[in-house]
Amino acid sequence: MTDDLDDLKRMMDAATPRPDAARRAENIALAEKNFADLQGSRDEARLMSAAPKRGLWTGVRQMLTSLTSRGALTASTAIVAVGLVMLTPFGGSVLDNVRSRGTPDEQVGMKRLAPEEPVVIAEEPMAADDTAESAPVAASAPRARDLAKVDVYEGDAAAPPPPSVVAPAPQAEMAPAMGITAGRAVGDIVVQPQLPDTEAFANADANPVKVVSEDPVSTFSIDVDTASYAVVRNSLTNGTLPPADAVRVEEMVNYFPYDYPAPEGDAAFLPTVQVTATPWNPDTRLVQIGIQGALPAVEDRPPLNLVFLIDTSGSMEDPAKLPLLKQSFRLMLGQLRPEDQVAIVTYAGSAGRVLDPTPAGERSTILAALDALGAGGSTAGQAGLKQAYATAAEMAQEGEVSRVILATDGDFNVGLSDPEALKDYIAAQRDSGTYLSVLGFGRGNLDDATMQALAQNGNGQAAYIDTLGEAQKVLVDQLGGSLFPIADDVKIQVEFNPGQVAEYRLIGYETRALRREDFNNDKVDAGDIGAGHQVTALYEVTPVGSPAQLNDPLRYGAATGAAAPDDSGELGFLRLRYKAPGEDASRLIETPITATSGNAEAGFAAAMAGFGQLLRGSVYLGDWSWEEAIALANETKGEDPFGYRAEAVQLMRLAQSLSAN
Amino acid sequence: MLMETSDETLALAAAGGDAAAFSALLERQYDRMFRLCFRLTGSRHEAEDLTQDICAALPAKLRGYRGEASVTTWLYRICVNAAHDRRRRAASHAKAALGWGEWEVARRAVAEDEAEATDWLTRAMRALPPDLRDTLALVLDDMTHRAAGEVLGISEGTVSWRVSEAKKHLARLRAEEER
Repeated sequence: MTDDLDDLKRMMDAATPRPDAARRAENIALAEKNFADLQGSRDEARLMSAAPKRGLWTGVRQMLTSLTSRGALTASTAIVAVGLVMLTPFGGSVLDNVRSRGTPDEQVGMKRLAPEEPVVIAEEPMAADDTAESAPVAASAPRARDLAKVDVYEGDAAAPPPPSVVAPAPQAEMAPAMGITAGRAVGDIVVQPQLPDTEAFANADANPVKVVSEDPVSTFSIDVDTASYAVVRNSLTNGTLPPADAVRVEEMVNYFPYDYPAPEGDAAFLPTVQVTATPWNPDTRLVQIGIQGALPAVEDRPPLNLVFLIDTSGSMEDPAKLPLLKQSFRLMLGQLRPEDQVAIVTYAGSAGRVLDPTPAGERSTILAALDALGAGGSTAGQAGLKQAYATAAEMAQEGEVSRVILATDGDFNVGLSDPEALKDYIAAQRDSGTYLSVLGFGRGNLDDATMQALAQNGNGQAAYIDTLGEAQKVLVDQLGGSLFPIADDVKIQVEFNPGQVAEYRLIGYETRALRREDFNNDKVDAGDIGAGHQVTALYEVTPVGSPAQLNDPLRYGAATGAAAPDDSGELGFLRLRYKAPGEDASRLIETPITATSGNAEAGFAAAMAGFGQLLRGSVYLGDWSWEEAIALANETKGEDPFGYRAEAVQLMRLAQSLSAN
Repeated sequence: MLMETSDETLALAAAGGDAAAFSALLERQYDRMFRLCFRLTGSRHEAEDLTQDICAALPAKLRGYRGEASVTTWLYRICVNAAHDRRRRAASHAKAALGWGEWEVARRAVAEDEAEATDWLTRAMRALPPDLRDTLALVLDDMTHRAAGEVLGISEGTVSWRVSEAKKHLARLRAEEER
């Protein structure tokens, strides 16, 4: 009992950093100033500090005292700290002077034990511990320091930030920031000093296998995001396996276009269901549900109002961020038509509109505004998002589509410490008809979780842009899909037939699960689908009587649970709900799932699902190996006109090599 | 000589308005205060800020010092209370903040702190409920259970109980970590 406490104490002692010297002097000076203020006499303090006693520290204290008494009462301690660092070169000689003056009577303070001046200030009761009230000076300092520190930390773990990023931080604040890094390697616990990686990924545990007789209905929202694939690609090409949480299998599958039949007539989309053998388990089947969105003729599309909300904070300096962003938007600009309008709002330091709504025809004006963007300062506030929405509202006209495109490295400043309020705000804007897309750039502090939350609540898509090629895919090839919604709140519900299917498992969509009753509730938000978008969902199902069945039938209650095997040939029933853009009531599409075999090309989805699950370390793949996954992907690659699939195979080979280590 | 004067004498002198005594006392106690603040918050950055809060408020509090408790106990009580206030403020601030800019500052501070907590110990300390964490921080600082109880205003038995609870928590966290 005591032993492990001793262990803990040793570890704690080793982990406890030494107080930062600059902060220490600063804090003590603050206390002394407050002490002097409380005595109602600043002069006393100065007199006392002239009694030098301990060399360096006293000298520093003296400098600080005289500095602060020079009318710097309202200045924050951060400024005092800057003063300290800047004056230190001269401090040496100051100290020498003090020391050479000899030692005056050190007891001068003790002689004043009986205070001469009456106590005029009411005593603060012991219990009132609210330090904030008594420390107005203290309040502003941490914030200034926070911002400074963030600047120091920002940037990629792989690529240290260039000096120019560090520069805006107040000089004095670099000391504590550096101190923290060094302070980690104290004593026995040696932690590798490293730039903290503030990436956050949204994910949940993999969906478990469900028993059809107990839980025959599976409900989820569609997801057209592809950010996860690009993040995975970025990690692999940088030579590391992605964190398991960064892998969302459905997004990896949905990254690729498949050859699904297009809807005819006025239908917004057409579901295609096919059942194939599961590559990693001979005793189960893979149900692939593909949804192809209608692609209205490009010339019929309504005019677009685009507001680019661009994060120009210091962390965007990286070549993979702001410069890539500019190039990407330049690519996209070529796809817009003269009647479309573009506005640019930035946020860094202070939010500002750098380009008023401008017809897309005025290319040179827009390009000039884009080129003039420079990264610097820290991120400023919800102001940016609000202004972007205000600008979009200003541009909106009947029959036009308005969209805010938020481009950021993830460190954007939308206050996720209160996600509910953010959700409400974005949801309110969503109801006003303005959509939101989120484009992520760069790594290191990519807040994937926040991006997801934003895009999901803003009826938009989240994509991650790591190369110009990806920008081409997201912003040019799929311009229609990413910008023109054709159906809102698309939900899928599958009811499995217990006579045919014993168990099922939805692959991916962990972050998109809906409750069964939410399917018919039009108030519940779900994913949206854009023009020409495709969504693929995969279920691994275990037929009744298959040796692959994981759960034994119940000894009791089997009589009610299991239905008699039927020969309808229906594995299940697919229900799909969606709303036409701008409508409040949903429409329903229903189709039975029958055991049809699909085309080989769509089998690539299975290969990608396998890829994602291998990266996540799924327990359901058995001993299915990278080799088999790669072989399957090669087999089903098909025509691959854009080379997306060839790239995926390349990534799988990289992942294979990396995971062998 | 000043340095040989007891903490209590210095504190009483400072309470009476002696700036030199106050400075000497603070210089003597600062590192210890910081150490406790680190244990209470589990983050260097938080600890620096918390120490700053305490330094700012200390002169006013000192006037209430009557020498009834030892300076260490008295100071530790201030530290624990200040840490408590800070936590409460952070919580209500996050809840009530109206400007997103402020949330952002809070969010970043949190993200930064989390990145900073690279070793399991700090993470584990932070995962403890606040009262257990406070108790453990004091006990790890070589305080007897009785003295810790005095600081926290609870009985010695309660301290012992909390320490064993904290140990259970930590053991569980460690088991999870190693899994």
